Amino acid sequence: MLNARHATDPAALPRLMLTIAAVALLWPGLMLSELNPLVLFDEDNRRTMGGFLAGFWPLAHDPEFLRLLGRATLETLAIATAGMALALLIALPASLLASRALSRSAASREGRSAWWSQALRWPARTVLIVLRSVPEIVWALLFVRAVGLGPTAGVLAIAIAYSGMLGKVYAEIYESVDPLPARALLGAGSGRLAAFLYGILPQAAAEMLSYGVYRWECGIRASVVMGFVGAGGLGQQMDLSMRMFAGAEVASMLVTFLVLVLLADLISRALRWGLA
Amino acid sequence: MRTLVRYLIPLSLLMATALSFAFLDMQATALFSPDGLSQMGDYARGFLRPDLSAGHLRSVAWAALETLAMSALGTLLAAVMGLALALPAAGRFGVAARALARLILNALRAVPELVWAALMVLAAGLGPNAGTLALALHTAGVLGRLFAEALENAPRPPGEALRLAGSGRIAVFCYGVLPGLWPQLLAYTLYRWENNIRMASVLGFVGAGGLGQMLYMSLSLFQEAQASTVMLVMLLMVLAVDALSGWARQRWVRR
Amino acid sequence: MTVRLAGVDYVHANGQAALTGLTLSLDAGECVAVIGPSGAGKTTLLRLLATALRPGSGSLEVLGMSPWTLGGAARQRLRALIGLIHQAPPLPARQRVVTAVLAGRLGQWSLPRSLLSLVYPLDAAGAEQALARLDIADKLYQRCEQLSGGQLQRVGIARVLYQRPELILADEPVSAMDPVLASHTLGILAQEARQQGATLLASLHAVDLALAHFDRVIGIRDGRILFDAPASRVDEQALTALYANRQLAEPLQPMAPMAQALTLPRC
Repeated sequence: MLNARHATDPAALPRLMLTIAAVALLWPGLMLSELNPLVLFDEDNRRTMGGFLAGFWPLAHDPEFLRLLGRATLETLAIATAGMALALLIALPASLLASRALSRSAASREGRSAWWSQALRWPARTVLIVLRSVPEIVWALLFVRAVGLGPTAGVLAIAIAYSGMLGKVYAEIYESVDPLPARALLGAGSGRLAAFLYGILPQAAAEMLSYGVYRWECGIRASVVMGFVGAGGLGQQMDLSMRMFAGAEVASMLVTFLVLVLLADLISRALRWGLA
Repeated sequence: MRTLVRYLIPLSLLMATALSFAFLDMQATALFSPDGLSQMGDYARGFLRPDLSAGHLRSVAWAALETLAMSALGTLLAAVMGLALALPAAGRFGVAARALARLILNALRAVPELVWAALMVLAAGLGPNAGTLALALHTAGVLGRLFAEALENAPRPPGEALRLAGSGRIAVFCYGVLPGLWPQLLAYTLYRWENNIRMASVLGFVGAGGLGQMLYMSLSLFQEAQASTVMLVMLLMVLAVDALSGWARQRWVRR
Repeated sequence: MTVRLAGVDYVHANGQAALTGLTLSLDAGECVAVIGPSGAGKTTLLRLLATALRPGSGSLEVLGMSPWTLGGAARQRLRALIGLIHQAPPLPARQRVVTAVLAGRLGQWSLPRSLLSLVYPLDAAGAEQALARLDIADKLYQRCEQLSGGQLQRVGIARVLYQRPELILADEPVSAMDPVLASHTLGILAQEARQQGATLLASLHAVDLALAHFDRVIGIRDGRILFDAPASRVDEQALTALYANRQLAEPLQPMAPMAQALTLPRC
């Protein structure tokens, strides 16, 4: 208006289109997800929820419940520990199979392995991908159906899902360390396992342990969550109490869970310090 | 001392593992007996023939869309709530507000999505609404903390310059702080969305809609073929999201 | 009287005295340059007048008000009448030039108008006009990160011109430009200030620019005023005293460490 040279904003059209596209995507999304936070403040729901939340304080603390809580907590810890142990049993050989670091053909080809050696690693890698891409709670649900309610399903689920994760990460750790010691050993005619033990493991051990401990910490959180589909531990008790609208019990268990996570964090930090 | 620790730790870890197995009293012998194994085999075989009939595929696709919508809306809501909580948590409204906001963020974050979902199903009834709200609550805690950190590290001079030219606080935030910050906020939000797609597909186990609910139903009804299709779609979705985010990271993050 | 300082002291947070017993007044519409060696307190003086810093002691009056006795809202209204041009304009890298210039008037705009203008620039013509005075109207829709240091400085000047304040404070406004452009730009700034009836106080490190474009020149050293005279009366002797025995010491910038770590999946 003031200035004839004044051009229109070049970003105006793209911005308008972006807004239209966002609305066009958001609207069906809103329909599909049935999002409506106001339901929470609905008269009926408010009363049930109010009663449930009012029960949170005081926390449930009668001796019988505490004994149950203690047992469930121990069970959660045991599930995570046993699951991790089994996961390591699977992950260690799998990571050796999947890793490029021990390739004999790579040793003589400046780190690039031959096509057939890559093809041989593929099955191991694919299995690991599938194992870790299915969330642990889905594994838990499947195992609950197979072996029944209880901690066994939880242990197996953690073992399967975490072996996929650990296998992949360990394979990457082997590849990230200095490859020359292992290649020298392979070149000098030592076997692959020996080359791994003497050439790679010393460099990779600290990081492997640290990640393993971190995963154990994740496992505790996961085992609580998996309890909701019946895989034992604190989560299963929490689910039962929720279904019975026992606010005080749910509150105690939530507090226990938070303390457990905090403790696991402390322990994992201490372990990593001690192992480093 | 240090050497003692070095030997003690592996020993105690082994002890802990042994104790765990003893405590759990797993029926390993029953599980891995020929009988148990053949039972497992039968169960697993049921998954080898996914139900690929058009009707079932259509309902699975619908559930997948529902899962996507839940994750997207939940993340969006979480980003808004997270930003609203991050402003006080970054200390922009005084010390008391900062402490309170941090407490809320930590509480939101500490409770896992699935536990939120179970609570939301109680509070808001079965269906995707509960799942979306659960995702939003947990993710708001995560994003709020990340946003607050980003806000604290944001360069101050642009905002201060505008403040010195007489602007109000909100305008200062929008003109001085947000332009430098929003790419980072967007990156965090997208990263959480990626995570939430995975999460949204399992929240249905407690009745919060999406693919999970369908899987839970099929498994409860011993329809392994139908369940297998749902799991395949889940797997595809996770792999697709992984590939997409990996590509996007390569494309935009490290130039 | 636009600005009045009487016995103003300012001490940095690290205990170093920046200004001691400064007494100074500027009349409405004056064009004044502040010169002096680096570390003399020029920037501190400008930031005091911009109400960015609070004087330790002494009295400070800007546009007839003493800013630190005002309430927060009234001080913001006063600040809308003061324009500070920064040596390195603190503009968000990804912000567009048009938005950066329009931000000059945020103190006068209502909040809805400010927010709307963020999405669609409401007064692009005004911003273009301000930029056109400095010959960079063609950068209107570019991002700030695409501009050179000298161009950014001109955007900073354009923002303050667009703000139309009654008091313009300029901290080394042309330090990143070549001598010819610097002189030209400073001339335009002084001319615009006169046209708008604004008072202009600029700190400069180039003495010749100060003498060429300003009516009155103030020499500062070690936080005190060494001389305060019409430009025509500043002589060689005064300048020698101002800059005597200064050693240049540039602090070394530490190198940012490069970090490349393995990305491990979190739970």
